Amino acid sequence: MSAQLLQFLFAGLTAGAIYALVALGFSIIYNASQVINFAQGEFVMIGGMATVSFLHLGMPLPLAALAAVAATTLVALALDKLAVERARGASVVTLIIITIGASILLRGLASLVWDKNIHALPAFTGDKPIALGGATLLPQSLWVLGVSLAILAALWWFFNRTLHGKAMLATAHNPLAARLVGISVRRVLLVSFGLSGALGALAGILVAPITFTAWDIGVMLGLKGFAAAILGGLGSGPGAVLGGLVLGLVEALAAGYVSSAYKDVFAFLIILAVLVLMPGGLLGRRAAERV
Amino acid sequence: MSLLRAEGLSKEFGGVHAVQALEFAIEPGAVFSIIGPNGAGKTTLLNLITGIYRPNAGRIWLEERELTGHAPHRFAAAGIGRTFQNLQIFFNMSALENVMAGRYLHERCSLAAAMLRLPSLARAERACREEALELLELVGLERFADDGSDGMPYGALKRLEIARALAARPRLLLLDEPAAGLNPTETQEINRLIRQLAARGVTVVLVEHNMSLVMGVSDRVLVLDYGRKLAEGDAESVRRDPRVIEAYLGAEVHDA
Amino acid sequence: MLARLGAARTGGLVALALALALLPLVLVNRYLYDVAILVGLNAIVCVGLNLLIGYAGQISLGHAGFFALGGYGSAILAVRYGWPTLAALPVSVCGVTLLAFLVGRPILRLKGHYLAMATLGLGVIITVVLTTEDRFTGGPDGMSVPPLALLGRALGGERAWYWLVGALLIACVWLALNLVESPRGRALRALHGSEVAAEMIGIDSARHKLAVFVLSAGLAAAAGALTAHYSGFITPSQGGFLRSIELVTMVVFGGMASIFGAVVGAAVLTTLPQLLTTLKDYEMVVFGAVMMFTMIFMPRGIVPTVAALFKRRTRQ
Repeated sequence: MSAQLLQFLFAGLTAGAIYALVALGFSIIYNASQVINFAQGEFVMIGGMATVSFLHLGMPLPLAALAAVAATTLVALALDKLAVERARGASVVTLIIITIGASILLRGLASLVWDKNIHALPAFTGDKPIALGGATLLPQSLWVLGVSLAILAALWWFFNRTLHGKAMLATAHNPLAARLVGISVRRVLLVSFGLSGALGALAGILVAPITFTAWDIGVMLGLKGFAAAILGGLGSGPGAVLGGLVLGLVEALAAGYVSSAYKDVFAFLIILAVLVLMPGGLLGRRAAERV
Repeated sequence: MSLLRAEGLSKEFGGVHAVQALEFAIEPGAVFSIIGPNGAGKTTLLNLITGIYRPNAGRIWLEERELTGHAPHRFAAAGIGRTFQNLQIFFNMSALENVMAGRYLHERCSLAAAMLRLPSLARAERACREEALELLELVGLERFADDGSDGMPYGALKRLEIARALAARPRLLLLDEPAAGLNPTETQEINRLIRQLAARGVTVVLVEHNMSLVMGVSDRVLVLDYGRKLAEGDAESVRRDPRVIEAYLGAEVHDA
Repeated sequence: MLARLGAARTGGLVALALALALLPLVLVNRYLYDVAILVGLNAIVCVGLNLLIGYAGQISLGHAGFFALGGYGSAILAVRYGWPTLAALPVSVCGVTLLAFLVGRPILRLKGHYLAMATLGLGVIITVVLTTEDRFTGGPDGMSVPPLALLGRALGGERAWYWLVGALLIACVWLALNLVESPRGRALRALHGSEVAAEMIGIDSARHKLAVFVLSAGLAAAAGALTAHYSGFITPSQGGFLRSIELVTMVVFGGMASIFGAVVGAAVLTTLPQLLTTLKDYEMVVFGAVMMFTMIFMPRGIVPTVAALFKRRTRQ
């Protein structure tokens, strides 16, 4: 395999892992409520920016990261409690608009609490690139891939092996039936938001050393994460991961072999093509409408 | 010539053969019932002869016109109407508007005519309203005319679907479990309605579990089991057919 | 009931006409005229988008792309190829309409969030192309656009534009209202109610969805072209994702399945940021908070909520 291709693959997988984490955040909330949380990208932004702040306050990096994840989770929980829950009976479209308002609000707050500058986060174990098969890999990339895998394993265990996780899956399949067996849909939604907040924050902290962080990085990342979730099939966890990885790889390969300016065009054309051929996404359940 | 004819109709879903090599013909002016245990393929069959599912094999004709593989709206335009097992009411519209919508095929208007509000349109709208009100009266729902359909009781909604389907003036009307979830009084009304429709010359195809309704109103009965034709004939001979009894009716008791 | 519908419709049209006629009394300077004109242009886009989202029950997160393409098309024809603006504008709109027709066919087979994604992708593709092909488009900084000229005389001045946009808006609202109350409008709402049942009463769902999609794209393109000629420049960000979201928000905010809702939504969400510029850094925070608040307490949008309140009062 050529060194160049290997380089693009590394870049693609790294970006893909981040998109996968953001996509998972979308899928988890969607599963609990049919709502697309447009503020998901802002969770990623808050994770990175808060870590920068906590670092400036003198905390060591691991603690700052932990505190940032906690802070973002709190913001996510607040969004659910104060806004989404209040609008419980509203249509899905209305709820989506509420999350759009929330994303604007959070971005505005970010520009006030912090500023509009770009900030850097130090890489976890230094920036000395590792040579591998002719290509260079940033140690941070290894962190991204490693931590993402760990998170995926943890999520898999949670959803498939614990009662709470299975309850959440049940709610996704049939909210009414879930309520009838005693599962609190409100609590499931709250946990979903919290989980998505944490996932977003982790993604933001992992990627900030590579791509820097700023008050408005949430927009593009949220968009890509949403695209990845749809590509993989909305509501499917494995789909979110697959979608994220495919998106990252397509972007990197397009940027490398075609043109950097058109990488987004390529990525979205591929997504459009997939959707036209497989209207439910790659792994999405083609739910037959019962008539 | 028969009104609706199907030959070698098959449909499978990922290995499960919902309908297999089905062949039947429906004569005009008759009440034709399709019965069978749950999972026998009745609703799949209905979906096939309305174009909602595309058959994996087989052909469908309405009189001499072949309709195999066409989109549902082409089946509707050919003269087939239906109601649904899981209500598909337009809940975003009033009861009257639901029925008025049913008249779409007879109300063709171009985008330009609609936007410019040509005077001919106003006259057509009034006529449409009148006819819709008549249909609501036919099914006994005239008092719900201007109410939002989302507030109506279940039994009323089932009758609303029938009124909407009738608004298209179909030659063949498919009723998918119209008596499901209805009490005996309401079922009797459905029985009466079906007879009225047959008297008006509408060919009715009925998919039902309610045996007394089926036996009381049908001219011919088709029995399905595991997607295949088990028996076909008039109500009496089907009721006495030992294969049917074994597969479906169980012991010789009358289902109330 | 039809009479009441008629009253609401005529009442609304009269109110809109009165508002348009009397508004200049409060537009005391050029800036205010500017805002009013932008409101009108946004409202035109929103009326079309409302037909697509509110009535036909579809979604488009890429409509700003059509808006920008309309503007760029007209600008490029006028600037790079020397076409008279009065020819460039309609040709550009037709071009975008054709594109919407070609792209709409495969895309509209998708539903819900998948359709949203496809339209979003379309918008992004359009924006990237506009930003990158700088030989034609002037790149990320955009390009300047000549004013509309009729028989050699340029249409300048806020007053002239105000009346032009106002007249166009009333025309659009009138046409849209007619469409909605016609059998075709019923067919659209039926599609929204249950696509399979609509098909079974003979409604060709693919054709109807495409027709509304193309119509709304054409309106967006026309508004985009007018905006470009009015403001004298155009940038790729006018076709961007954030702008598409803004448009959808205006529609939902004002009230889905409500033509007047679309106008109100456009009016509120275009003027609000202008009012908030005095708050400078707090603008985004307040804007976001207002959006959230309004949608939580008026989940069906402004006009339907107000109309329902009114109905309840008159019933008492």
